[in-house]
Amino acid sequence: MTKPFLIRRFFLLHMRPNHLPGSTLRYTHTWGLGGMAALLVTTLVLTGLLQILTYEPTPDHAYQSIIELEQTTLFGNLVRGIHHWSANLLIAVVLLHLLRVLFTGALTGPRRFNWIIGLGLLIGVLAANFTGYLLPWDQLSYWAVTICTGMLGYIPGIGGWLQTGIRGGAEVGPNTLLLFYSIHTALVPAILVLLMGFHFWRIRKARGVVLPRAIDEVDPVGTERVQTWPDLLLREAVVGMVLLAVVLLLAVVETPELGTPANPGMSPNPAKAPWYFVGFQELQIQFHPVIAVLVIPVLAMLGLGFLPYRRWDSNPEGIWFGSRIGRRTAWVAAATALFTTPLLIVASEWWIQPTKLFPSWPLMLSNGLLPFSLIMAAVTAFFLIIRHRFKGTRDDAIQAVIVLLIVSFIVLTVTALWFRGEGMVLSWPWGNGA
Amino acid sequence: MSDQPQDEQGAVEAFLSRRHFLKRGWLALGALACLQVLWMGVDILRPRKRRQATMDDDTLVIAGPVDRFAPGSVTAFPSAKFYLTRLDNGGFLALSRTCTHLGCTVPWVDDEQRFACPCHASVFDITGEVLAPPADRALDHYAVRIENGIVKVDMSETLRRRRYKSTQVVMP
Repeated sequence: MTKPFLIRRFFLLHMRPNHLPGSTLRYTHTWGLGGMAALLVTTLVLTGLLQILTYEPTPDHAYQSIIELEQTTLFGNLVRGIHHWSANLLIAVVLLHLLRVLFTGALTGPRRFNWIIGLGLLIGVLAANFTGYLLPWDQLSYWAVTICTGMLGYIPGIGGWLQTGIRGGAEVGPNTLLLFYSIHTALVPAILVLLMGFHFWRIRKARGVVLPRAIDEVDPVGTERVQTWPDLLLREAVVGMVLLAVVLLLAVVETPELGTPANPGMSPNPAKAPWYFVGFQELQIQFHPVIAVLVIPVLAMLGLGFLPYRRWDSNPEGIWFGSRIGRRTAWVAAATALFTTPLLIVASEWWIQPTKLFPSWPLMLSNGLLPFSLIMAAVTAFFLIIRHRFKGTRDDAIQAVIVLLIVSFIVLTVTALWFRGEGMVLSWPWGNGA
Repeated sequence: MSDQPQDEQGAVEAFLSRRHFLKRGWLALGALACLQVLWMGVDILRPRKRRQATMDDDTLVIAGPVDRFAPGSVTAFPSAKFYLTRLDNGGFLALSRTCTHLGCTVPWVDDEQRFACPCHASVFDITGEVLAPPADRALDHYAVRIENGIVKVDMSETLRRRRYKSTQVVMP
């Protein structure tokens, strides 16, 4: 097949080898998530460039400039919608991408450092989303950013300094908006583009994506090689166009909300963080802030960072969930989390409140270290159960614990997003009954 | 290379250690340069903080005559961002409206006689003391002065406290 002009003339082929293993093309091997993320970043840059022309980063004009974009600019609403949905989908896509890489064992050997770059990209994407969240300057964005920057104040030692630094003052105000605007439109995009180049280059250094293997197989399945054009690029084009169609559809059907203008005097009830941080807000309700905003995120990030550098019992590359026992124990972990996390949330809401059981203890102990150590003990017990009861290897048990924690965090996020009503009290999303 | 003359070997070692020293020196200079850039970045943020401070500086809010505030009542001063509470014993406290947990604005719920934070359900009583976590610190307050029967609140400094103490109350 002859290469079309665009493929021949531009650098699409330079980023790829000429030939690649045919087995990696199967959609359920990678789900096309990395490419989807790259495409979403591209649409974000393009729609962002359009919005820079009309947006004014001052509290007096920000809100108004968005209304003008929506009402007076041709397709202004659509541009904002595409930006909004691409940004939200991007977070979902990169999180899924992380899970795909993790559970197909694509983080060993030459891929280890690329996992670290990927974590950097994840932080960049979260930073981009979070700084962009403030820019509409409506009630939702103002209070979400107040809450999230308020969390920083609990970091011992430098917390207060960090908080006023990021807010550019004691409260979220004009300086915060200007700072977030600069980070959102210059700093983060630059970092993301650099890291993305690094990320892609490391994939090529690792000879492409991980080769799929059948379960219990030592060697990769099917070793025939196919041409990048047309076999890979056509598939990528299809995934990309379907994704664009979905983004456009969402942007047309569900235009992003613009609430009432920010009012520093009135917190909406309930006031919630953006959906990707609302799990931490739920943790805040369950644990002392130092545990929720410092200990747990830092431990999670360190755990993720060291993950590829540990010793593996067996080679996990290219097999979904590593082994038969790995698959089974992953299901067990997911089911355990789905069952116990809601139970714990409900129990802590109505029955077991450590602050009431030990009213004389300091909160850091009764609401922080005590429940946290209990949870850690339970997780350790779960690890041992997987090891001995289910005869899992260390790889299987670590994987099961990761699944347990991820599903628990998803449950926390869903709870805070839909099951917390006025005053952040547990309630059904469809009524007032508690 | 073991058959090299003794002094030449010494020279090689000296050369290596000099190279070693210079390498370290370059690294240190590089680190210094990075620190300098970092310092610059931090410093760019600083003048804004100063601007903010001078804006809020000259703030002595005149709340009104003592008699206007009934004992056991809470009066909001939205523009000055504080609540003036008068306790049942007649004493005054000026409470910050910012929740000590994460910085939401705390409304006074008159029916229940308490401050209830909408964000994470922290509850404070009329003195600003914590009734329910996640907040672990009483509401910040401001210095109250009563001159000639007029209540004035000094907003120049936010007073942080862990607990409510009766010494914080100003009697008319």
